[in-house]
Amino acid sequence: MSFAVNLLTRSLNVFHLAGSPCNNCDIEILDVLTPRYDAERFGMVLVGSIRHADVLLLSGAFNKKSAIRAKHVYDQAPKPIVVVAVGNCACTGNIFRTSYNIDPPIGNVIPIDAYIPGCPPKPEAMISALAKLIAKLRGAK
Amino acid sequence: MASKREEILPEIKAALGAKIVDVFEKNARRIYIDVKPEDIPEATRVMFKQMGARFQIASGIDTPSGIEILYHWAFDTLDCVVTIKTKLDRDKPEIESLAGICVATEWIEREMWELLGITFKGHPDMRHLLLLDDWPEGKYPLRRDYKGLDS
Amino acid sequence: MAKKTIVPIGPYHPLQEEPEFFKLHVEGEKVVKCDIEIGYNHRGIEKISESKTFEQTVFLVERICGICSTSHPIACVQAIEDAGDVEVPERALYIRSIVGELERIHSHLLWLGLAGHFLGFNTVWMWVWRYREDVLDIMELITGNRNHYAMMKPGGVHRDIKNEDIPAIKKMLDGLHKPLCLFRDAVIDDPVIHARLKGVGVLTKQQIIDFGALGPTARASGVKIDVRRDHPHAAYDLVDWNVIITENGDVFDKAVVRILEMFESVKIVDQCIEKLKTVGGPFDSNPKEIHPGDGIGHYEAPRGEVFHYVRSDGTNRPARHKVRAPSYMNVPTDAVAVLGESIADATIILAAIDPCYCCTERATAYNALTQAHMFTSEDLIRKSREKTEWIKKQVGKEGPKLDLGAL
Repeated sequence: MSFAVNLLTRSLNVFHLAGSPCNNCDIEILDVLTPRYDAERFGMVLVGSIRHADVLLLSGAFNKKSAIRAKHVYDQAPKPIVVVAVGNCACTGNIFRTSYNIDPPIGNVIPIDAYIPGCPPKPEAMISALAKLIAKLRGAK
Repeated sequence: MASKREEILPEIKAALGAKIVDVFEKNARRIYIDVKPEDIPEATRVMFKQMGARFQIASGIDTPSGIEILYHWAFDTLDCVVTIKTKLDRDKPEIESLAGICVATEWIEREMWELLGITFKGHPDMRHLLLLDDWPEGKYPLRRDYKGLDS
Repeated sequence: MAKKTIVPIGPYHPLQEEPEFFKLHVEGEKVVKCDIEIGYNHRGIEKISESKTFEQTVFLVERICGICSTSHPIACVQAIEDAGDVEVPERALYIRSIVGELERIHSHLLWLGLAGHFLGFNTVWMWVWRYREDVLDIMELITGNRNHYAMMKPGGVHRDIKNEDIPAIKKMLDGLHKPLCLFRDAVIDDPVIHARLKGVGVLTKQQIIDFGALGPTARASGVKIDVRRDHPHAAYDLVDWNVIITENGDVFDKAVVRILEMFESVKIVDQCIEKLKTVGGPFDSNPKEIHPGDGIGHYEAPRGEVFHYVRSDGTNRPARHKVRAPSYMNVPTDAVAVLGESIADATIILAAIDPCYCCTERATAYNALTQAHMFTSEDLIRKSREKTEWIKKQVGKEGPKLDLGAL
């Protein structure tokens, strides 16, 4: 079944990969899936394996060690996969961009389709971004 | 073991005697004691085994006059932090490992080796802690003259 | 309050594909060795700090850990103030403790939720996370943000807590009391939790001292250290509260220490907001320079002592900034805590020291003799839950139950 048809017929499987995070974005991503925000109603499900993913969420600054692992994970992902950078660290390297142990941004290693800035982005911002992304992928305006 | 804060410094002085090069009492809660590098193991024994202080961490600093190591010890019941400091030759910074006296020093010695290039003689497991295993030799990020991996 | 059915969502294994952080060597069902590899989070913060001003570096260290987000700033500003002999106005001391203790509550609730997740008590623990949101609401009211509060600065705090906001804060704080009691009662006396966690992953007093371990990990083993009491700072010696100590050093005791600490945190915040009503004055001494010198600042983060050392050379930037998080001292204890333990207990033992969230997910197991890969972290979590199910059958009970009608 093609990727496009999958998007129209079922929930999106989301795999979250954090690299050298402070964990704030990670916790907020989890919060998005708890009852107060409940992103499942938008058709999103967190999955435990990259091999089942439609969407790859990246969070964290990805230092040299974790960037190598991130590339390995991305290579295992079924293509096409939509990659979303969550938080300023994943978008640009943030306040860590001058570090001797980071070669920002992770976008140089993994092609990114959408950016959600913030430190961390509020859950509302993430839901808004993901709703826009889903609408765009499904061809709606 | 000191039972009052005022007893800490006299007890250290009694134990280390002439090994103490200098003392700076910034205030009642912050005492800094200079010793020579070869006397650091003895000072560690005094702090950890004799006086029961808690090893907090060690701070390595690259300065123009040498590479300093500050070993920070907490006296938790007495609201006091005693820092035992020493200075190593910048061209050959080496010192005895303290891992045999105080297990808690094992990780920070590995970190000070890889970030500052200090050799800890006799360390039981010297290898990279934070940086990539194949981080180029001789490139120490916390040295003042570190200019990046490409330089 | 409308009752909602909580549907457990999961599995939460966002980092399952990550390679080993904790490499467990296994013989049969027993762990015989644990290799620890770190460095996946090393962002070179100490070096970056040297290129920031003293005020800027506080924003930098806030982002070391999102869960202990205010702990590093408090220790950092105290180190700068120590170096420069900077006075802090009394009002700021209360505000620092208020933010710090609210953080402790949300962090311990986060840990409780994760522990429940690893053990397989999903329903109860989703409620724990639901009430953690209420703590974040208080934070947002006080600081403007759910996380990364930007409150601390050398000399005081960035913004005041307005006295007219205190009734709202008090109301939200009071709203935590019933849920905290419910969580405490559900966990501490539950026979399934006892059977599952007592005697598991024991760290002795001597091991704690040898490793220099900190926080609830140390206090659960009878080591009576707490920076708030031992090295008074902020408002901790201006209000009444207790240090929680237990003696057994097992995972159960570590859970008990964290649960009971939350009540003490509520007590502290209560007294501090009361004091704010009468202690006026500035909330920032606005220092214009930090004279040359060495400064040490330490603070009891939810995980244990956070330590910052700063050297000032009289300019507006630190000449050196050493940062030591509590997990740096606690994580090495995992190598001994899991020895001889069953592989089904490995995940909860590693989680018991409350490392960064991502660290616990990265444990994998290998056959000690052949080095063949045996279990991924998802396998280990599954085994943990299977053991819980087995224990439920042995004990003949279902595990912690929440009396939701009381909420």
